[in-house]
Amino acid sequence: MSITDMTAVELAAAIRAGETTAVEATKAMLDRIEERDKNYNCYVTVDREGALAQAGKVQAKIESGELTGPLAGVPVAIKDNMCTEGLLTTCSSKILHNFVPTYTAEAVLNLQKAGAVILGKTNMDEFAMGSTTETSAYGVTKNPWNTEHVPGGSSGGSAAAVAANECYYALGSDTGGSIRQPASYCGTVGMKPTYGTVSRYGLIAYGSSLDQIGPLTKDVTDCATVLEAISTHDEKDSTSVKREDTDFTSALVDDVQGMRIGIPNDYFGEGLDEEVKTAVLKAAEQLEQKGAVVEHFDLSLVEYAIPTYYTIAAAEASSNLERFDGIKYGYRTEDYAGLHNMYKKSRSEGFGEEVKRRIMLGSFVLSSGYYDAYYLKALRVKALIKQAFDEAFAKYDVILGPVAPTTAPKLGSSLADPIKMYLGDIYTIAVNLAGLPGISVPCGSDKNGLPIGLQLIGDCFREKKLIQTAYTYEKIRGAFPKASKEVG
Amino acid sequence: MANIINDETIEYVGILAKLELSDEEKEQAKSDMGRMLDYIDKLGELDTSGVEPMSHVFPVQNVFREDEVTNKDTREQLLTNAPEQKDGMFMVPKTFD
Amino acid sequence: MAKEYETVIGLEVHVELATKTKIFCGCSTAFGAEPNTQTCPVCTGMPGSLPVLNRQVLEYAIAVGLATNCDITRYAKFDRKNYFYPDNPQNYQISQLYLPICRNGGVEIETGEGGVKTVGIHEIHMEEDAGKLIHDEWEDCSLVDYNRSGVPLIEIVSEPDMRSAEEVIAYLEKLRLIIQYLGASDCKLQEGSMRADVNLSVREVGAQEFGTRTEMKNLNSFKAISRAIAGETERQIDLIESGEKVVQETRRWDDAKGESYAMRSKEDAQDYRYFPDPDLVPIAVSDEMLAEIKSRQPEFRTEKMKRYKEEFDIPDYDIEIITGSKHMADIFEAATAICKQPKKVSNWLMVETLRLMKEKEVEVEDLRFSPENLAKLIALTDSKAINSSVAKEVFEVMFEENVDPEQYVEEKGLKTVNDEGALRKTVEEVIAANPQSVEDYHNGKEKAIGFLVGQTMKAMKGKADPAMVNQMLKELL
Repeated sequence: MSITDMTAVELAAAIRAGETTAVEATKAMLDRIEERDKNYNCYVTVDREGALAQAGKVQAKIESGELTGPLAGVPVAIKDNMCTEGLLTTCSSKILHNFVPTYTAEAVLNLQKAGAVILGKTNMDEFAMGSTTETSAYGVTKNPWNTEHVPGGSSGGSAAAVAANECYYALGSDTGGSIRQPASYCGTVGMKPTYGTVSRYGLIAYGSSLDQIGPLTKDVTDCATVLEAISTHDEKDSTSVKREDTDFTSALVDDVQGMRIGIPNDYFGEGLDEEVKTAVLKAAEQLEQKGAVVEHFDLSLVEYAIPTYYTIAAAEASSNLERFDGIKYGYRTEDYAGLHNMYKKSRSEGFGEEVKRRIMLGSFVLSSGYYDAYYLKALRVKALIKQAFDEAFAKYDVILGPVAPTTAPKLGSSLADPIKMYLGDIYTIAVNLAGLPGISVPCGSDKNGLPIGLQLIGDCFREKKLIQTAYTYEKIRGAFPKASKEVG
Repeated sequence: MANIINDETIEYVGILAKLELSDEEKEQAKSDMGRMLDYIDKLGELDTSGVEPMSHVFPVQNVFREDEVTNKDTREQLLTNAPEQKDGMFMVPKTFD
Repeated sequence: MAKEYETVIGLEVHVELATKTKIFCGCSTAFGAEPNTQTCPVCTGMPGSLPVLNRQVLEYAIAVGLATNCDITRYAKFDRKNYFYPDNPQNYQISQLYLPICRNGGVEIETGEGGVKTVGIHEIHMEEDAGKLIHDEWEDCSLVDYNRSGVPLIEIVSEPDMRSAEEVIAYLEKLRLIIQYLGASDCKLQEGSMRADVNLSVREVGAQEFGTRTEMKNLNSFKAISRAIAGETERQIDLIESGEKVVQETRRWDDAKGESYAMRSKEDAQDYRYFPDPDLVPIAVSDEMLAEIKSRQPEFRTEKMKRYKEEFDIPDYDIEIITGSKHMADIFEAATAICKQPKKVSNWLMVETLRLMKEKEVEVEDLRFSPENLAKLIALTDSKAINSSVAKEVFEVMFEENVDPEQYVEEKGLKTVNDEGALRKTVEEVIAANPQSVEDYHNGKEKAIGFLVGQTMKAMKGKADPAMVNQMLKELL
């Protein structure tokens, strides 16, 4: 097995055993990126020098016994909306084309403490607004399974980098499905933890009440291991939750005996691709055979999640993105007449179309006369959606369904019709509204060989149930094929 | 489309959001926003009377920091990203109070 | 006959809280630092930074609310107020609109005719201050300093209950005193730690409806407030009399010109798109928290005046002046605790302190001498180590520089000369040099001895006990 084919946990074990070194692994990854990334464009920034220097330091600490953890020495890719001190952080936007943060996001710091080596920053939809990674100002990312298709988004660069073996694992962020959906499209594992589990400090905000950082990995073991490393209570994030139960790797247990699994009928209606449906239901059947108690039920309100989400996320985004004004950092227009013209030109030239669309919508729904009708209404529906999940979790440990209605669409086929694109988020979005954890695990392929993802949703703070179910399923499924249509 | 967004609204939202759209972008924005609002209007089907708006999903309350100085002078770093600066400050077009 | 109008005034008072750090980050709030040296990612709106509430801000806000008879909101939240301006790094200000921390309060003020009226307080909310914009003449641009950005403020919004500049000033003085007593702020108008925006409308006497109001900003002294109220009242009456309409708008007062002008721009839509800040969690004020803050409320002025009357044998007028400022009351109490002579302490405050404050235009909050030094000075005069004129001289230096009077007297050699031989020699010299005065004295002109005392004191450079000089002169004459 090539060193780049290992999982994160396997690599760390090999480094600890002295079979390889952090430097060797980092160098192998950097070489691979250099050779192949032109085909996929997973990365906005590759930090060759920084990564090699860091790998050397980490290796020394591993040898001295200072670093012993399960991720020590493993190279990682970070989505480009997490601040990294001294390393360009663009959010895939022109408006941050030259922004070098002066501090590092808490989740990334946690990884560094665990001995991670940062390879670089991955491409994404601009400010995480999109489902295809096509709204990036730095070019589209292509799906390693088939470069004519999108990798999904917004964490498309992270998912594609994992799938293409251009990193051992990656961090993404998920506001409405932005980890789970690209994981599904790229055949990787991706998890959005319970809101408040991973600190948002240093994550450049899109929809603050919905954003969570999470792992994209090659398998469930890596997923649990990375999640364990990044989940800490952070006093710098007021919404960070104090949890005692973040020993997620303890849930890597091959057993679903008695696990109550609910399948929402509403997730299998109109718009769901037949192949996706078949693959997902097959996974449910396999879990049932392994002892899980599987039932179909009506979740309700599913069709209201998308309008609720777009109202809330756009409103928060319109405010969160006000700080990009050409004064303190980032892009400032060349020619302007006075302050307001400078603001308008810098922002209009610096933001892409989708970002502007959401800022306009968000500003409108918060504006005088519309706040109650749109924004407050959405917050009320959010309460109803949360209630529907509460009722479901009174009966079930895990909700099982598809991640997305289809497999990865072709490049260029999505952006023309925003609403149609938004509809692709129908199974992932409610999870963010209700603050729940959700995981995407590969469960098959369509006739074109594109991966299909299985989504498991848990109650708040019940990641362990998800990990256990996903781990058990992974054992049943067996090894998932590698991205087959690798170029080069 | 049930929601017709007129030029004044787009102009007004542009002032709020500090975005200057070209004529073409304005037309696009009018149609996009109208369609999105039609879509959002679907929420009107639900009776939400008596439902409290939920801004935070968890009842986390009272998160405070103590009143102790923890930050040092990091001006030099702060200004490294400034498009224009002078005398340790950010330079902006002439602004009246 | 000309119509009679009445002025209706409500105030929005911003008070900078005396916390060590900013409202949402651990940056210092100390005044006068180099630009942008007290900043961090949070208070400069760096991408990815997040706010965390300073507990002390909440406690001060609740304390002010309790002292102004407000209902404390048991479930409060922060909202974002969105508007673009360079001094506002996030381009939204974190404030409170929907669930402010205090509501429905009021304070009593004394009106001109010895009457009392209540000015209602609509609400008090917590918010962050903005940075400072400095105009740069050379480059014809503005420069932004974020040291003030994120300094905690409370905004106290009154009901439109005031009818004259006198009432406005009485209300402001009342608020200032309460807040100073709480130690929640020094409330200096000139330095901007207390700022008042005046909402003013006029209506015909007897009218039920309020007129259209304007909001006036940039008022940084009581005098400016009085002038602005007079000016705006006149402007609005003129408009109405000439058949024009008052426009609801924000105006900036230019005190030097004695005029205000509208701060209008088509780029300012005044639509702040408030919504609950998702980065901050709600505040639930528990019974325990409230009880604890209540238990820490200080003795306010009325109680203090009552106690002074009982404890100290000093005139009512002195009590009124001393308790009129928390700072002065603190000096009085601390100095009295050391020297046990309330009357003498009060005297120093009432006579010399007030005189020097007037002469040197010093505000009471800026008094710099310590109670310890005042007590030492009193001890020096009690022991006759210095005479009263030397004491006044020393006090003046203390007033300016807070010197230790014992040390100062020692260093400058100001101690009274108690050496009888030396004094006798000087007195003899003065008698010899002033035969005319000696003769006048012998001729029964008692006043002449005063002149001779003065001459002796002068020759002794003030370092003699005048009573002793007097006695010796009489003896020798």
